[in-house]
Amino acid sequence: MSAPETTNDAPVVTEDTRRLNMIEAINEALAIMLERDPDVIILGEDVGYFGGVFRATAGLQEKFGKTRVFDTPISECGIIGVAVGMGAYGLRPVPEIQFADYIYPGLDQLVSEAARLRYRSAGEFIAPMTVRSPFGGGIFGGQTHSQSPEALFTHVSGIKTVIPSTPHDAKGLLISAIEDNDPVIFFEPKRIYNGPFTGFYDKPVEPWKKHRDSQVPEGYYKIPLGKARTVREGEALTVLVYGTMVHVAEAVCEARGVDAEIIDLRTLVPLDIEAIETSVKKTGRCLIIHEATRTSGFGAELSALVTERCFYHLEAPVDRVTGFDTPYPHSLEWAYFPGPVRIGEAIDKIMSE
Amino acid sequence: MAKPAPKAASKPAPKTAAKPAPKAASKPAAKPARGKSVESDEDFALRSLQMAHEDNKRFDASDEQLLHFYEQMLLIRRFEERAGQLYGLGLIGGFCHLYIGQEAVAVGLQSALTEGLDSVITGYRDHGHMLAYGIDPNVIMAELTGRQAGISKGKGGSMHMFSTEHRFYGGHGIVGAQVPLGGGLALAHKYREDGGLCLAYFGDGAANQGQVYETFNMAALWNLPIVFVIENNGYAMGTAVKRSSAETEFYRRGTAFRIPGMDVNGMDVLEVRAAAEIAFAHVREGKGPVLMELNTYRYRGHSMSDPGKYRTREEVQDQREHNDPIERIKKELAERGKTEDEIKAIDKAIRARVAEAADFAENSPEPDPAELYTDVLVESY
Ligand SMILES: Cc1ncc(C[n+]2csc(CCOP(=O)(O)OP(=O)(O)O)c2C)c(N)n1
Ligand SMILES: [Mg+2]
Repeated sequence: MSAPETTNDAPVVTEDTRRLNMIEAINEALAIMLERDPDVIILGEDVGYFGGVFRATAGLQEKFGKTRVFDTPISECGIIGVAVGMGAYGLRPVPEIQFADYIYPGLDQLVSEAARLRYRSAGEFIAPMTVRSPFGGGIFGGQTHSQSPEALFTHVSGIKTVIPSTPHDAKGLLISAIEDNDPVIFFEPKRIYNGPFTGFYDKPVEPWKKHRDSQVPEGYYKIPLGKARTVREGEALTVLVYGTMVHVAEAVCEARGVDAEIIDLRTLVPLDIEAIETSVKKTGRCLIIHEATRTSGFGAELSALVTERCFYHLEAPVDRVTGFDTPYPHSLEWAYFPGPVRIGEAIDKIMSE
Repeated sequence: MAKPAPKAASKPAPKTAAKPAPKAASKPAAKPARGKSVESDEDFALRSLQMAHEDNKRFDASDEQLLHFYEQMLLIRRFEERAGQLYGLGLIGGFCHLYIGQEAVAVGLQSALTEGLDSVITGYRDHGHMLAYGIDPNVIMAELTGRQAGISKGKGGSMHMFSTEHRFYGGHGIVGAQVPLGGGLALAHKYREDGGLCLAYFGDGAANQGQVYETFNMAALWNLPIVFVIENNGYAMGTAVKRSSAETEFYRRGTAFRIPGMDVNGMDVLEVRAAAEIAFAHVREGKGPVLMELNTYRYRGHSMSDPGKYRTREEVQDQREHNDPIERIKKELAERGKTEDEIKAIDKAIRARVAEAADFAENSPEPDPAELYTDVLVESY
C-alpha cells in the first residue's frame, strides 16, 4: 500500500485540508481505520452509545455498528486483558481507558501480558492494540483525573508510548499506532482537546481552528512513530517537550523572545534520539519540560541521554521543569502546574550559565 | 410494564403501609436451586435475610426518629442543590457528583450503625454519606471549594473526604477501589475484636470491577464483619445497568461466594433502616458478610457535565413525583400530626444552615502553597 507519510515537520497543507480540533481529528482517524480494516474494534466505557466522555468516539457506533464499537462494563483489567487476547488472535483492538488515572487496574495486563507476549512466544504471538487514554492536568481534576503516568510505560520494555500535541499529529499518529504490530499507549493531552492551552491560565484559550496545526488533511495519512517534530528552529537553546507542554513552551519562548529550538517528541518510545542529539549539539543547551512528577520522570531519561551523547557540546547543565513530586492537588492547581513562570525562570538560569 | 426502564423505575416503592411489592415478594421462590431441593438449608441461608426483611419491611420509627431522618435527608438535598449552584458559579471546580435522590440510602443505613465503632467507606459520590454522620456542613462545603478549612484541607476535593473521628474512611475517586479497602477495615475490626463492622458502599457500575469479587471471596472465606452495599441508581454515567451487567439483580451476586443478599427499596428510609437492622445483626453475630442491593435513583446528572441523553426527562420526573424519599417521609410526618408550619420551619432552618456553609466555603482562604508538599510522606522532603 502506498500510504502517504508526512515525514517532514510541517503539516502538509493541500486543497482538501480542513481545520479540526483534536477530538475531531482523533474521531476521524478512528473512523478511517474502522472503514479500512475490519479487524479494528473499539471498546471502552461509554464509547459506544454515548460516544465517549470527551466525544472522541461520537457517531462511530451509529456508523459502524455495535460489533465494531461497543461499551464495556467498568472493568479496566478486563478491558485491557480482553484486548490482548483479541490482538493475539489477529484483531486490532483500540480500547479506550476513560482517563489515564484509571489505567492502573489494567496495568498488570499491559505489563505482564501485552508487553511480553511477543518476546515470550519468540514472535509467534503479538498484541497489536492501541490503548487510547486522555491524560494530564489543567482541568481541576485533582489527583484521580490529572495524572501523567507516561514514565510507567516507557519503563516497560515491549510497549510504545505516543503523545500527540496537535490535531494534525493526533490523526496521523493514531493511524500509525493502530497499524503498528506492537501494543501502543496513546496518551491524549486532554487539556488541549479543544485548543492549544499555553499555560497562561487567566487568558482565554484560542480555539484550534485558529492554530496552524489544526489543518488536517482529509483521508488516510500516517506520521511515523519515532519521528520528532521541530516546532520552531532556534540557536540558543533546545527545549524537549511533548503534549500540552509543547504549547506552553512555545508561548513562553515567544513571550521572552528566546531563540529556542523546540522539539516535540511525539513518541517517547520509540524516541527520535537523532533529532535530539543534532539539536543539542547545535545549541549547547537543553531544557526538558513535562507535567509529570520529577523523580524517575521521562525527563530523567532524556537528561541522561543528552548528557551521555552531547556532554562535550553542553554549555550549561541540562535542566528540567516538571510537576512536583506530590500527588496532583485539588486546589492550587496553577501553583502546581509547571507553567510560564517556572519555565521562564529555568530559561533565564540556563541562558545565564 | 414492558418498557425497558431502569430497574429502579420499574420497581416503585410500595405506598406507605401497603403490602410489599409483589415482585419482591415472589423473588426468592422464583429462584429454585438446580438439582437441589429448594428448601435445602444452604439455599435458605442465602435467602434468609431477605425473607426476614420481607416479613418486616419498614422500620417502626418513633416520631422523633422520623423527624430526624427527614431533617438529615433534607439537609443532604439542600446541601447538594447549593453545591450545584456553587459549581455553576465557578466556586467549585473539577468533578462533583451529587447525591440528590439517593438520600434515604445513607441516612437509613448509617442511622443503624454504632457511632464511634463501625467504619464506613464509599466512592466519590460521598457528600451525603458525610452529612448523614452529622459532620459539620461547613467543612464539607469548604472541601468542595478547595479551602484550607475543608475537612481534608482542600487537598481531597469533592471525591476524597475523610473523618477519623467518625471512622469514615473516604471518599474514593477510582471506581471500585474502596471495596477491598472495606475488606481490610473489616479484617481489622475482627483482628482487634472490637465488635465493629464495615459498611462498604459502591455503585452498580463499580459492581463490575474484578476487585469487588476478590473481596467477596476473601470476606466470605475469612468470615469478615462487612456489609457490602450496592447503591443501584440504574446508571453508571451514561450506561444503563442492563447494558453493562449480565446479572442485573445485584443482590444475587454474592451467591457464588455464599454471601446472603438483600434486595432493598432504597427510596424509603424506613425500609432501608429495617433492612440495615437485619443485615447488621447477622454480621455482628459473627456470621460473615452480607450483600445489600439498595435500589435508588439519581435525579441529577452523573457529574456536573452530563448531557443526560441516556434517559428521558419523563423517567426522571416520574421518580421525583412518585418515589421521592423526602416527600414520602414528609407526608408521613403530616399524617402523624406535624403541621405545615412546623415542616416549613424545618425547611427554613436547613436552608439557613446550608447558606451558612456556603458562606463559610466561599470566604475561607485557600491553602498555603507550602501545603502542596505536606502529607506526601511521613517526613517532609
Ligand atoms: C477505575 C475507574 N474507571 C472509570 C472511572 C470513571 N467513572 C467515574 S464514575 C463512573 C460511573 C460509576 O457508576 P456507579 O458505580 O454506578 O456509581 P454512580 O455514579 O451511579 O454513583 C465512571 C465510569 C473511574 N473513576 N475509575
Ligand atoms: Mg450507578
